[in-house]
Amino acid sequence: MLKSLRVRLVRGKQFIPDVRAARPAGFRGLPVIQPGPCGDCRACIEACPTGAITNDPLAIDLGRCTFCAECVAACPDGKITLTTEPRMGAVTRAGLVVKAGDEAATRVRAHDAFRRLFARSLKLRQVSAGGCNGCELELNATANVNFDLQRYGIEWVASPRHADALVLSGTLTRTMQDAVRLAWDAMPEPRFVVAVGACAISGGLYDGAPGVARGFFDEVTPALYVPGCPPHPLTFVNAILDFLGVP
Amino acid sequence: MTSVLVHRAAAAAVEMLEIGPWRTRLLERARAGQRVVTMYGRPEGERVLLTVVHQDGARLSVARTVVSPALGYHELTSDLPGLHCFERELHEQLGVRIAGHPWLKPIRFQGKDQAAMASYPFYRVDGKEVHEVAVGPIHAGVIEPGSFRFMCFGEHVLHLEVHQGYQHRGFEAHVLKRDPRTLAPWAETIAGDTSAAHAWAYAAAIEQLAGVDVDPEVELARAVALELERIAMHLSGLAGMASDIGFLPGAATYGRLRTTAINTSLRLCGSRFSRGAVRPGGSGMALDGELLALAQSNVELLRHDTALIDDAFLSARTVRHRLGGVGVVTTETAEQLGLVGMAARSAGVAIDARVPDHGLYARFPLPIRTEPSGDCWARARLRIAEIEASLAWLRTVLAEPRTWKPSRGVLPALPPSQLAIAVVEGWRGEVVHCLETGSDGALLHYKAQDPSLRNWMGVALAVRGNEISDFPICNKSFDLSYCGNDL
Repeated sequence: MLKSLRVRLVRGKQFIPDVRAARPAGFRGLPVIQPGPCGDCRACIEACPTGAITNDPLAIDLGRCTFCAECVAACPDGKITLTTEPRMGAVTRAGLVVKAGDEAATRVRAHDAFRRLFARSLKLRQVSAGGCNGCELELNATANVNFDLQRYGIEWVASPRHADALVLSGTLTRTMQDAVRLAWDAMPEPRFVVAVGACAISGGLYDGAPGVARGFFDEVTPALYVPGCPPHPLTFVNAILDFLGVP
Repeated sequence: MTSVLVHRAAAAAVEMLEIGPWRTRLLERARAGQRVVTMYGRPEGERVLLTVVHQDGARLSVARTVVSPALGYHELTSDLPGLHCFERELHEQLGVRIAGHPWLKPIRFQGKDQAAMASYPFYRVDGKEVHEVAVGPIHAGVIEPGSFRFMCFGEHVLHLEVHQGYQHRGFEAHVLKRDPRTLAPWAETIAGDTSAAHAWAYAAAIEQLAGVDVDPEVELARAVALELERIAMHLSGLAGMASDIGFLPGAATYGRLRTTAINTSLRLCGSRFSRGAVRPGGSGMALDGELLALAQSNVELLRHDTALIDDAFLSARTVRHRLGGVGVVTTETAEQLGLVGMAARSAGVAIDARVPDHGLYARFPLPIRTEPSGDCWARARLRIAEIEASLAWLRTVLAEPRTWKPSRGVLPALPPSQLAIAVVEGWRGEVVHCLETGSDGALLHYKAQDPSLRNWMGVALAVRGNEISDFPICNKSFDLSYCGNDL
């Protein structure tokens, strides 16, 4: 008993008081692109492992980006920098594309109907299908003593029948197709899908790999995209709060 | 000299034997104490080339043979049960007939859809009141998918059959489409919680192929990333075990200490999961005066606070009662099954690829810890002991002023027809990468092996004779990777 009290005393308060303003030191987050032409240079495009970069004008698709910063090292003109900004995400696939002077476009817009329904209570069911345990560990971390997602009335639940949103991570594998479908079908309406991480959003590093089958996304379009490889817990928490219009 | 275990040879110089002598040699070496690290195949024309890798101290040796898939060869699993997974994989990936093999269940249902997995005939135990419990592939928590079928008599587990493959993305075939010198991001996601170990194994193998040596300080930076990863994942596992048995001070405290460990990685390499910490020919780890002071202070915080929670955890009667004697793997079973890493060491088998007196571990010794009892209690105690050892090691390494700048090597084009193997001790156990170039210098074959492949059978045997309600703590105590198995 005394030992437990001592542990509790040393632990003190661990929660991040303002998750909306937190900027994790050292984090590779939202890219910023300097304007101006690139000429024939394709160094960043060639360095990118997931084909996230296009030019004319230079743009980065955060739905493919793994935030590895190979492009930053490759660019001879230093046109790309990664900030520590964790607040990224979009409600459309196109909204994840960052261009020069256009970073704010990736901010999540609140969904009015879902705000009215879920802003005070949201239950999430996570399903991993080809996730590497990076996204899964970071999603678990959203509920730990540091990020404490529950303070907003948002909780991870065990059954899809209790869930309002299906949070998908991983590339979606051929062998998980039926299970993902079953989980979605078991959820009562209204419901929505959140795609978490480069794998779920675009296939990421495994786009086109032989075990990947993404047919589920032909039928169901995510309402929210949370980029990263894996996304920082702050990226996920902020994207959900923005989506629900929570200040 | 590299600090991890490596082997490089021209493909033509690898010992090539007829199937008979190859089998005999393999068994002789195993009996002489040379462990089989991996055994795999790749197609060569109409036939299949088999490769076996043995370990003798810090030395790896390779022997090959060629078989016709239709004729195959007589199984080795009865003599060396630890080879069961390799023979099952050979059968699944290449259709090699393995005569007399006791159980050729697919490892990961590669190339098949879920219908094939759903109709698989599980092992059956018949008898009045014997019943089956099926769980997965989706579980109640935020975890990877996998499936388990229990054969039970009441609450008592007679047998568990592990059913994997839901995470199969197709790593090995997928990476052959790219420049072999740029595969670090894929290696990091074979099992995304073991990024430093897999990336180091990949980098060490590709550096061997390219004939590139790395600076000892770069190796040290990689080793620091590896130990930070080990500490973080052991803390994560202890938090999970504490949570599973309702010991909430442990769940909360181990969880928040993991945050400190991964945030240290974040500061040093820009990722909480060591992404970018290892690159071929270099390392993405940065260290200057400020970061060194931060790393030192985080190590001291972890040493201080883990000591407190470890004491509370290990001295709580409820914890000891809940974990002691549950999920036992005996030393004999661990040796027979070829368990590796943490699962082996907590059953008294001292296997560790961080070989003492080898490479940087001669300069900075890292003692290998073992626990004798092979139960959940031993696996928890071992993780605590390994966290302590790794923190003490980091403290020594970081005691001297050091400066690291992120670096990346420029690797030359790879020479043709070369084989390179690297073994790195990840937090679960040995990570093995075997890369081979073809006659044009392009990558011909990439064989990646996570320790989970060998250790899942340990979970299956550990729960036998236990109550089914003990499965979650048994499973968490092994803490194996699903995607690492499924690739």
